[in-house]
Amino acid sequence: MIDTSRFPATNAIGDFIRATLPGPAAELTNIVLAVLAILTVVGLTPVALIWMERKVAAHFQARLGPMRVGYHGLLQPLADGIKLIFKEVMKPEGADTFVFFLAPILSATASFMVLTVIPFDHHLQVTDLAGGVLYVIAVAGLGIMGVLLAGWSSNNKYSLLGAMRSGAQMISYEISLALLMLLIVLLSGTASLREIVFSQAGTVLDWWIFKFPLFGLVAFVLFLISSTAELNRAPFDMAEAESELTGGFTTEYSGISFAMFFLAEFVNMFMAASLTTTFFLGGFLAPQFGLAPLDRVLDAIPGFLWFFLKSYSVIFIYMWFRWTFPRPRVDQLMNLEWKVLVPANFFLLLVAGLFVAMGLV
Amino acid sequence: MKTNAKNTQGRVRPVERGEFVPDGQAHWSLAGYLTHLANGCLSLVKGMGLTFGYFVHPGRIVTQQYPENRETLAMFPRFRGRLALVTDAASGAPLCTACGMCEKACPNGTISILARRDPANRKVLGRYLYRFSQCTLCNLCVESCAFGAIRMAQDFELAAYDRSDLQLVLYGKED
Ligand code: SF4
Repeated sequence: MIDTSRFPATNAIGDFIRATLPGPAAELTNIVLAVLAILTVVGLTPVALIWMERKVAAHFQARLGPMRVGYHGLLQPLADGIKLIFKEVMKPEGADTFVFFLAPILSATASFMVLTVIPFDHHLQVTDLAGGVLYVIAVAGLGIMGVLLAGWSSNNKYSLLGAMRSGAQMISYEISLALLMLLIVLLSGTASLREIVFSQAGTVLDWWIFKFPLFGLVAFVLFLISSTAELNRAPFDMAEAESELTGGFTTEYSGISFAMFFLAEFVNMFMAASLTTTFFLGGFLAPQFGLAPLDRVLDAIPGFLWFFLKSYSVIFIYMWFRWTFPRPRVDQLMNLEWKVLVPANFFLLLVAGLFVAMGLV
Repeated sequence: MKTNAKNTQGRVRPVERGEFVPDGQAHWSLAGYLTHLANGCLSLVKGMGLTFGYFVHPGRIVTQQYPENRETLAMFPRFRGRLALVTDAASGAPLCTACGMCEKACPNGTISILARRDPANRKVLGRYLYRFSQCTLCNLCVESCAFGAIRMAQDFELAAYDRSDLQLVLYGKED
């Protein structure tokens, strides 16, 4: 088992505040600081991802992507953001004002809330819930609410249809995701995200993607597929299919409220990638290859850098999917979930149960 | 579609019931299903390999950074800019024989050829008028030419401030 004393749960800033301020005040300050830190992540992630998406997309298509705004288009996200902020916010006639403006906030909040239990490093986690996995599943469901409410309140039949399709898709694929999370919980024997990371300590081969022989790899691929669908990202984006339809549930949104959906989409992508990292790729743990000198060097690199490196690699895979695969039809999408992924997940669960019962992992 | 959906017994085929039957197979079978799945995965991986090839080979990028590389940018041979006369490499004289085929081939009346007589009283090209504002760059004139005397040039900065600037005299004296 791992020596967790090497990985203290508190960080220097928190310790300093607890030492200087009286009890409740220190807690409050720490909470505010934690929220600010998460907000920073939420604010900066889309900036990085917008640039990355545009560049990666371009290079997959033998193009250059943005090159004018800043060095190799580095300031392009800023330009995009300013453009979105200055656009007029419009509300369709007959729309339910309160719900109409609540929906994007709900979507953005859901992705924001999941980030609070993600262990970015052993001392960079807002809170470690014993039932962290359960919390993730529950809160991610809130995002679907945002989508459905957006479609419902827009007073536009196309928005409503788009929202229903997105909602149906997200709810379906949430089942696969939950089953896969359950798989990891079963294997690692804990539902706390921090403990799940520690259950993968050791060499690279101890990560769940490899530790659960072969099936781990299958589970990883299934997780990638179902989270792509859960994110409503291409190739599973028929609800908004920008080249064929209008924007699905975002049809009636403009300006800053559209930007919120946009932001939620990118933060969700980061969130899904960080969950993949936590569950399958050893989270913040440095990769170890069993070669003492190399391992020491890799171990010296701070955990959150590994975390972000791994997460962004997973995001790259999402983008790779998006710019390679054609869209399936809606019925094919549902077939994939209910006739391929769900049975496969149950099978994996069964195998994992056997492995655990026989003490193989 | 409707007629194909039912077989002779009037039973609904598995695919119509929404069952997952691979192409070329009558019934669902585990082996067929797994082969289909494996083939599907393989083709997806192939596609990913292809796009990744583009990703890691910046040399294949086709985008031109236009105003910056204005000096070096050469248009592709197939690009159809505007019409140009082909001249004889040795004498520098145009290959055009003033036969007027291109003038007839043009659907837009873009070309006017004015022939003249040379001292030996042969018909030669006098003036070649090309009204660029009317040209749709369709290439029909080039294809109609029996002597290879005209071609579509590769220059592309063709905007002009005045319509009269687009009345080009490809050969002969200007007005
Ligand atoms: S390219 Fe077409 S339109 Fe232009 S001159 Fe030739 S035949 Fe006429």
